[in-house]
Amino acid sequence: MLSRAAGILLALSGLVVLAADGTRPPAAASSPEHLEVPPPPFSEGIFPCSSCHAGMPPDRHRRELAAMHTDIVLKHDETHRWCLDCHDADNRDVLHLASGEHVPFEESYRLCGQCHGEKYRDWRAGVHGRRTGNWNGAKTYLLCVQCHNPHQPRFHALAPKPAPLPPNRTMK
Amino acid sequence: MLSRRLFTQSAAGAAAGMILTACGPKRLYEAPKDRLKAAIADLERKYKERHGKAIEVSDAGPIPGVHFAYALDISRCIGCRRCVYACVAENNQSRDPQIHWIRVLEMEKEKGVDFSHANPYYNPAEVPQEGHFYVPVSCQQCENPPCTKVCPTGATWAEKDGIVVIDYDWCIGCRYCMAACPYGARHFNWAEPTIPDSEINPDMHYLGNRPRPKGVVEKCTFCIQRSRAGRYPACVEVCPVGARKFGNILDAASEIRYIIEHKRVLVLKEELNTAPRFFYFYAT
Repeated sequence: MLSRAAGILLALSGLVVLAADGTRPPAAASSPEHLEVPPPPFSEGIFPCSSCHAGMPPDRHRRELAAMHTDIVLKHDETHRWCLDCHDADNRDVLHLASGEHVPFEESYRLCGQCHGEKYRDWRAGVHGRRTGNWNGAKTYLLCVQCHNPHQPRFHALAPKPAPLPPNRTMK
Repeated sequence: MLSRRLFTQSAAGAAAGMILTACGPKRLYEAPKDRLKAAIADLERKYKERHGKAIEVSDAGPIPGVHFAYALDISRCIGCRRCVYACVAENNQSRDPQIHWIRVLEMEKEKGVDFSHANPYYNPAEVPQEGHFYVPVSCQQCENPPCTKVCPTGATWAEKDGIVVIDYDWCIGCRYCMAACPYGARHFNWAEPTIPDSEINPDMHYLGNRPRPKGVVEKCTFCIQRSRAGRYPACVEVCPVGARKFGNILDAASEIRYIIEHKRVLVLKEELNTAPRFFYFYAT
């Protein structure tokens, strides 16, 4: 109990220090090991976003998108959230955390982890999500968005592979 | 009286000695290396002739300090059977007659883990079905395996890394092990297995996925040809929901240890004291 309290205090003091000197925590602190992830699954020809957005002044008003991106239907806590909560208006080619810190699409798991901390922890430990490669060596993780569409993260139902043949018909 | 006891003791001793020296793991690991290599080269030649492609049969032994364990997340599995067919392809299971090392059981949430109400033949358009959950069952790689104890020829045993293996050349097809296994994890080749040559996986292990003859028993080996080379089993890599986890239980940093230390874990038929190395858990 005491040690846990001390741990919390230590963590809090760490936060205070970070906030006080105003610097971003070093990259190593938030991602201590290099995580091997495949490139993010962008729709064809959509990235870099700045190729279209560069000359456009950002409109920060929450609204229904009518001119572009109409294919995106947000079903991800949509009553509280919209595009610019995750996408950055000043640098269109990155995401941003709640703190305002920019995060590249390749590290989008840090953004997801802000709300889904428990899943993030499990994912880092290799327990949430699929990993491939070597049990005793290099592993490939998947980004959250490789399995969960960030705009509609619920996992979709799949068609099952054929059922086994009943015993009396295992020989055709 | 005394002489009879002496007789039985020495007879039992002689029998045990014969089994230990003649078959089982000793036959494999204490045979002269060059003779084993020659036998394996023979197999490779035979398989190449039969299937028309280069085939490599590994004889890799257990890695010291490694004890394999498996964990499956029941709260994630959706019963899609991707693992079943990845296993068939990886491990050269017979297509006809059909042999599946993994059997996915559909169970009702209301009844919980209950084998008497399990259905392996579910076939809806989409899974998971409302009110159901899924429990894939394959060899549980027991630490106290009932199957190896009943084998009359010592053709099946537990390796030092925990994998229960079968030497198909010593199996006489009596199927005592199938009767002993409480998980229905062992399967018998009632007829000559058939696999299209184009679908033969040429990456084989002597105690694993090399082609089986008619009349022997086979089962999951944690993909021995992959796991002893450091790779994840095929079912782990194919699972679309990431429900399957594999690793070295002696490694404190492995995901298996994380699961056992942080999640709700269960084993099937715990009351039988088989001590499975195959765990089921709930991540949520």
